[in-house]
Amino acid sequence: MTTLTYTEALREALAEELARDPNVFLMGEDIGLYGGAFGVTRGLMHQFGAERVRDTPISEQGFVGAAVGAALAGSRPVVEIMFMDFITLAVDQMVNQAAKLRYVFGPQACCPLVLRAVGGGGRCYGPTHSQSLEAWFTHVPGLKVVAPSTPADAKGLLKAAIRDDNPVVFMEHKLLYGSRGDVPEGDEAFVPLGKARLARVGTDITIVAWSWMAAEAERAAVVLDEQGISAEVVDLRTLVPLDIETVLASVRKTHRVLIVQEASKTGGFGAEVGCRIFENAYDYLDAPLRRLAVPDVPLSASPLLEQAAIPDRQRIMQAAAELVGENSEQ
Amino acid sequence: MDPNRNPTGRARADGPAESRKRKRRGGDAVALPITAVSSPSTLHPPPSILPFLDWYRTMLVIRLFEEKVEKLFSDGVIRGTTHPAIGQEAIAVGVCSVLEKNDYVTSTHRGHGHFIARGGDPNRMMAELFGKATGYSGGRGGSQLMADYALGFLGGNGITGGSIPVATGAALSAKLRGTGRVAACFFGDGASNQGTFHESLNLAAIWKLPVVYVCENNCYAMSTPVAKAIVIPDIATRAGSYGFPGVVIDGNDLLAVREAVGAACARARAGEGPTLIECKTYRLSGHSRGDPRHYRTREEEAFWRKGCAIKRFRTLLMKRGDLDAAKDRKVKQQARAAVAAAVRFARQSPEPDPATLGEGVFA
Repeated sequence: MTTLTYTEALREALAEELARDPNVFLMGEDIGLYGGAFGVTRGLMHQFGAERVRDTPISEQGFVGAAVGAALAGSRPVVEIMFMDFITLAVDQMVNQAAKLRYVFGPQACCPLVLRAVGGGGRCYGPTHSQSLEAWFTHVPGLKVVAPSTPADAKGLLKAAIRDDNPVVFMEHKLLYGSRGDVPEGDEAFVPLGKARLARVGTDITIVAWSWMAAEAERAAVVLDEQGISAEVVDLRTLVPLDIETVLASVRKTHRVLIVQEASKTGGFGAEVGCRIFENAYDYLDAPLRRLAVPDVPLSASPLLEQAAIPDRQRIMQAAAELVGENSEQ
Repeated sequence: MDPNRNPTGRARADGPAESRKRKRRGGDAVALPITAVSSPSTLHPPPSILPFLDWYRTMLVIRLFEEKVEKLFSDGVIRGTTHPAIGQEAIAVGVCSVLEKNDYVTSTHRGHGHFIARGGDPNRMMAELFGKATGYSGGRGGSQLMADYALGFLGGNGITGGSIPVATGAALSAKLRGTGRVAACFFGDGASNQGTFHESLNLAAIWKLPVVYVCENNCYAMSTPVAKAIVIPDIATRAGSYGFPGVVIDGNDLLAVREAVGAACARARAGEGPTLIECKTYRLSGHSRGDPRHYRTREEEAFWRKGCAIKRFRTLLMKRGDLDAAKDRKVKQQARAAVAAAVRFARQSPEPDPATLGEGVFA
């Protein structure tokens, strides 16, 4: 166990998988000498060569499609999308190609491809460099979607994603890159896809979140505890496949639920989680479930406007306290 | 009609000198002169007669398969959509007859011919069109989505231009893993206006990938004539922008296709990178089932029917003495029998089990 940043943990996963499997290679804009816009691949080109840590021209559709073809032909490409917003340019290749291959062509088609996409706001990058577009991909059968919130999960889930035989959208978060935590060494770090993490145990309310919002929810829970509210935090970690059982077990225990997402509200993944709770644990709810999300507006570059849009620990605390209060009034 | 005058304004495909002379006529919707045509087919007879007859038979199987499929669609036996490759058989057979066993092929929405030429089983193809469990995709893919990875056939594609980066990536993998494989990438004139085309050609160029881009310029992207979508006379010219060779050939001349693809494959295997081959051809049937073909004249179609690739190859075989009327009847009979067997197989095959709907989304 070593203490690493989220960035270092990701880099360690990439380095270990590159060393373990000669079919693994990395592709993306400025990932070689430059080390990636956020420094995740720094040093890897020197270690593994420019063939396997491959800089690309600015052609998202082209190189994501090339990753699909390379995966079909036996390679295991890991592609970096510098900002998740740029994934728009490659959606056809993910949705109409990668996602369909296995279902239509059967076991002969194997598409082990990881798309590392840097999502989230909080850095004042404005409307086209701050989005959380995970719900687009959770909506498409055939794609797995992963969004770790801790360095340990970043490493463990990235290793699992690389070894998975399906196309995986692996969502990283700008604000998490500098966060530190204990990370197991080598394969000890491996975290299987499809298992939520009980980030904090509590009894009064369940907070469901992922990525940066899970980290914020954990911090909120610490303060809530001081205020006498015991919040349980479920970090989904993997959105597809979704570990709804862990969520339901928590809701059956706490009877209240707050879902927090950084994406805009309508059609977000939080709505899916909420609906599954209604379908499976309605009788256990003592208060209406509640969602916190970015309102249905594009994100702004202004720090003030951006902060106004994105949920944070303060708003999570407030919403959780209100939900618990609603119950006590009954 | 003046036999030298092509109703499309295109040069006739049967005389290179004449083709080079012909200039694009202004205002003509379809004006794509063939600017370079490889040497006449007869100068390059392969050593054995057998492949000649095999290629001829395969072209016939494709033609009859597609005609049967059109009929089954209009009779309402097959549902959904289909895009027949009638008229483009020489490209499919020409390309696939040159490729090696381990090479990759990516196809398009108009892919039945490519698949048959690559060795696809007409029975399982027809069953797929019927939506049957025995079809290549168990009824999940239909006309556009069939594949056989054992043949290196990575599949048709429902998205115009969607397979161009996929072929490019297969070539990248081949290079990275040192397998010596080449990827042949079929697409049409319409796809050459997609971003995937331009991005992929550039990637293949900078990385010197072993990929052969085969553009089947059949004069129309659905109803849009090439000249309305592209101002340059030859799509092959675009390769120059990415720094590798582009060649224009008569796509209705099987041996010309073979020659160009052979050179491109040799180049690819030598590590010299990609080639773009533009095959001038014509889609003799409509774009898809139910296309009224308002956008072109019956005269134009008749003209191209006269220059049909299969007819031309038959003439060549007769001239060479490889084929006579009796042998021709026999080969046609074999092709008809293959298609009839495919329909029988499809009809007799079981439907997919709805209980399997949720299976196989993930590996």
